Amino acid sequence: MAQWEAVIGLEIHVQLATQSKIFSAASTAFGAEPNTQACAVDLGLPGVLPVLNYEAVRMAVMFGLAVNAAVSQRCVFARKNYFYPDLPKGYQISQYELPIVARGQLEIALGDGSYKVIGITRAHLEEDAGKSLHEEFADSTGIDLNRAGTPLIEIVSEPDMRSAKEAVSYMKKIHSFVRYLGISDGNMQEGSFRCDANVSIRPAGQKELGTRTETKNLNSFRFVERAIDFEIARQIDVLEDGNEVVQETRLYDAVQDETRPMRSKEEADDYRYFPDPDLLPVVIRPEMLEEIKQQLPELPGEKALRFTQEYGLNAQDAENLVLSKEAAEYFEQTARNTNAEAKRVANWVTGELNAALNQDDLEIASSPVSSSMLAKLLNRIEDGTISGKIAKDIFRSMWAGEGDVDSIIESKGLRQITDTLEIETLVNQVVRENPAQVEQFKSGKDKVFGFFVGQVMKITGGKANPQQVNRLLREKLK
Amino acid sequence: MPVSLEEILKISHLARLHVDPEEAGQYAADLSSILAWVQQMNKVDTRGVDPMAHPLDACQRLREDKVTESDQREKFQAIAPRTENGLYLVPKVIE
Repeated sequence: MAQWEAVIGLEIHVQLATQSKIFSAASTAFGAEPNTQACAVDLGLPGVLPVLNYEAVRMAVMFGLAVNAAVSQRCVFARKNYFYPDLPKGYQISQYELPIVARGQLEIALGDGSYKVIGITRAHLEEDAGKSLHEEFADSTGIDLNRAGTPLIEIVSEPDMRSAKEAVSYMKKIHSFVRYLGISDGNMQEGSFRCDANVSIRPAGQKELGTRTETKNLNSFRFVERAIDFEIARQIDVLEDGNEVVQETRLYDAVQDETRPMRSKEEADDYRYFPDPDLLPVVIRPEMLEEIKQQLPELPGEKALRFTQEYGLNAQDAENLVLSKEAAEYFEQTARNTNAEAKRVANWVTGELNAALNQDDLEIASSPVSSSMLAKLLNRIEDGTISGKIAKDIFRSMWAGEGDVDSIIESKGLRQITDTLEIETLVNQVVRENPAQVEQFKSGKDKVFGFFVGQVMKITGGKANPQQVNRLLREKLK
Repeated sequence: MPVSLEEILKISHLARLHVDPEEAGQYAADLSSILAWVQQMNKVDTRGVDPMAHPLDACQRLREDKVTESDQREKFQAIAPRTENGLYLVPKVIE
């Protein structure tokens, strides 16, 4: 079998978190009654003129600066012409030859400790379309234009990715960037962050690209991974059967877990772009650029570096924490309020907390265990009141809303037993009651030692201090 | 730069304009002569000239990000051919 190589590029659409639309003063709030936020400009009524929103420009520029891209001093809006009922003007205002953000780049972690730089071809500003509702009426399509005119940036990558995993890492990185920058809520269910994947296959080592397909509107990381994996396997099958890949647009069906060709008109690609005469060129002056530069927050890379320096975390832990801005903030607030080592805090945030959030499908902002609650819990491990194992039980109790750490320790009697005399009594009892195991141990079976530790822990419900139990058992069995 | 009959039919379809086949030939001839006229511009040496994006020598004014539009759905939908439950209705579009 020939060795095939997949080549992947992504187009990511990000809704910008402005109050009003890109070219009109209607609200962009999600979830309003249909068409109550679609004004004359959004409806494309005769005689209206688009007026550009400063905030949309500022956010796009901010993104460009964050990915070290060249931000254009002068950019131009163009009309992308096609007919679809959720696009009332008959064209979408977008950018073509002179986008606001030119070439940039982003480094992604490959998970094996290595890194890869993904090129960003461009990012341009455009307006979103409305929504078509096909299901609700027998012979008609319902149109809701509330979303029409919501500002988007479309971020186009170079075909630099070679696997679905790389594509997902890149998409997650872009997602974390827009959240850090505060330019989008990144909400994928509501469509604020969605992606089209261009996939082609070529024999490994070949320079020319194979014929590509474009899979549209992927709105979760999992779907992106699955759709790309499906496309790679499908295209390899097509090529190995001696056929050719057809250049086409496809849709991913999550239920069937497959991609299918979109049954739409073939000439749809002929967009006949031209500069929009309703909009003048946008000039971004050096002062404006400088002002926006000053507003840039600490980005994931810088934050990870600071975490290794300030808290002594290793690079991997730091990388994991900064993936989400909220997780990074949660970590820092906890670390500041506890005597526990930062490494332990990091383990709890990426371990117990993360697992509990995933299980209940919650965002960190709505975690039932706040950073100050976690800090107190870790303090109780640190001062010897509880063991790490009991702490995990208490964490689950706090998660279930049973109170704070100290009240749970009191009400459940979970205080660690550190009284040497008390532990010694238990050690003696366990040794006395298990003469056979004592024989085994004395004849050289070291493994039996664990049995004795386990017995003491069992009697105390895990509350005995493990270090003391170990020490006293060693002395007793010597 | 002559415009062919096929091109006339294609661009009229893209623009959703109905062109009678008998008239298509006339359009092709007219458009061809308009393009030929504009083509004279190709003789001008444009090295060092930035492409013009707009005839006005000005740049776009930016608007403050404020919601000032109120809901006027009722007025807009009064002039729409068909609406239901707040939605504009159009002939079924199948994906």
